[in-house]
Amino acid sequence: MRIALILAVATATAAALPIPGWAQAKAAARKPPPPAAAPKAEEKDAATLEFEKFRAEMEDSNPAELFEAKGEELWKARRGPRNVSLAESCDLGLGVGVVKGAYVQTPRHYPDAGAVMDAERRIVWCMVEKQGFNFDDIAKRPFASDTHTPDITSLVTYVAAQSKNMKLAVPLDDPKVREAYEIGKEIAAYRAGPYDFSCNTCHGADGKRIRMQALPNISTPQGALRGVQGWPGYRMTGGVMLTHQWRMGDCFRQQRFPQPKYASDAVAYLLTYLIGTANGLEYKGPGIKR
Amino acid sequence: MADPMKIRAQMKGDVAEVRVLMAHAMETGQRKDNAGNLVPAHFIQQVTVEVGGKLVIQGQTGTSVSRNPVFAFKVKGAKAGDKVVVNWVDNKGDKRTDEAAIAA
Amino acid sequence: MHPKNLALAACAALPFLAATQPAQADADRRAVAMAVIKKDFEPRGQAGLDRLAEDGLQTLCNRTGNNPPAYVAQRLEADQMAGIRYPSDGKLLGDWKQGEQIAQSGRGFTWTDNPGLPVGGNCYNCHQIAPKEQSFGTVGPSLYQFGKLRGNGPDIQKYVYGKIFNAKAFNLCSEMPRFGHVGALNEQQIRHLVALLLDPESPVNK
Repeated sequence: MRIALILAVATATAAALPIPGWAQAKAAARKPPPPAAAPKAEEKDAATLEFEKFRAEMEDSNPAELFEAKGEELWKARRGPRNVSLAESCDLGLGVGVVKGAYVQTPRHYPDAGAVMDAERRIVWCMVEKQGFNFDDIAKRPFASDTHTPDITSLVTYVAAQSKNMKLAVPLDDPKVREAYEIGKEIAAYRAGPYDFSCNTCHGADGKRIRMQALPNISTPQGALRGVQGWPGYRMTGGVMLTHQWRMGDCFRQQRFPQPKYASDAVAYLLTYLIGTANGLEYKGPGIKR
Repeated sequence: MADPMKIRAQMKGDVAEVRVLMAHAMETGQRKDNAGNLVPAHFIQQVTVEVGGKLVIQGQTGTSVSRNPVFAFKVKGAKAGDKVVVNWVDNKGDKRTDEAAIAA
Repeated sequence: MHPKNLALAACAALPFLAATQPAQADADRRAVAMAVIKKDFEPRGQAGLDRLAEDGLQTLCNRTGNNPPAYVAQRLEADQMAGIRYPSDGKLLGDWKQGEQIAQSGRGFTWTDNPGLPVGGNCYNCHQIAPKEQSFGTVGPSLYQFGKLRGNGPDIQKYVYGKIFNAKAFNLCSEMPRFGHVGALNEQQIRHLVALLLDPESPVNK
């Protein structure tokens, strides 16, 4: 047998691929603009199209898979002071140990916890209540940085991947979940802080942008889906895996608010509103972000 | 210990398409942390790939490769069921070997 | 009560009920939402918990879905207007080049921002302004050719200065921040931004 190596491509996730794409897009964007005309609502600019092409290529080899694999190991391993696995103790809503389809059916109300929880909050609850981990230890550094990815991030990525290509189905017919949805909707509308911003200031109307970044209108199912799709996501800037909880916090940061507490009601309710609004639409699993 | 790689290998006609995802920080040695201190260089230096027991790639990589890199390549003459063995060694001597069989 | 009167009373009550029932439910949920916000946030960096409290204007906009009754809006707009401090020397036009830099910067007020650094105008985040900058947002209207279309006399200078100082003086529940009112931008910075929009030499008006 003669094996010939015909092509070897080293695709650097942040460096090699995007530069040509972006350079082209930037060059295209330098063309003089039509006078005083802002781009139309759903018109996609050159940069967006280039990025979508790049993203499609990256989705085929998303580094999120690395965290998914790590998360699967963590889910099945006996860990914590009580030396039990999440697989044998954690009920995400569909029965103990069931992960298939669980992510798209959160947030939901968990009677054993007496609270509405998104998937990340629920896994944290299981780590604390079933495995015996200390909540404050988890909440101290809940999100990935350039040097550290917490276990909870990998676990969420694994659980989310087990709902790939499934329809979002937040159980809004549960009155407690419906109430969380309505409160989340109020949180999204609440204007305060030095700039009088609410979530809806940026995400309450169609066809708006901040700089080049298109802003999904989270009051519509399609817009809400855009706020759900790709989370948890691998962010190429810095190469970090980040969860939907992190994304909500970063919105509040840009809103000039203080920080929402990790795994809190406020974030769970906001996620109930966001994901619930996208109910019925298809979730594609962990994604890749700029 | 280093985290596992993800290897996907599949026959497309008479060519095997292989994609390898490696978990590695790939620090350039030029980046500063939040406190302003240089983060020491830490990167994969050597990559080898064997397909069906034969060495098909022996490569050197450096700091221009991104964090958690993806390598994709095509191998002629391989067949379904052949074992793909990927190995890397970084500048601190950490190493990792993973394998997968080529899918039909 | 006579059956006829009862029917009348019911008729009179109906529109009232129809109007207040959902509003009441909303108000209850808003109260819960505010309690949740109060308990579930923590200070970080320069962003303290004081930022969660509403001022009067925010309260009104939040309670009315950003659509307050005109008579209330007018009075509160007048209050906001009265708080605008114009430069004592009457000079409103600064340097458009510095204005462009301020318009570009989106820095300031987040928990990751260094509170010691100057705050940016965030202008391009939401507005098209000078034609060279293609990375502009569309939350606010395009300001390209602002001065060319409107002139640059004292009235329009005063309007632009006031609008940047406190957009809510002109439209109570405007999405635009009150940059002067909250101390994000100082007198000199606002002057530069006025020049960016109105100076005939500014690329905005070329």
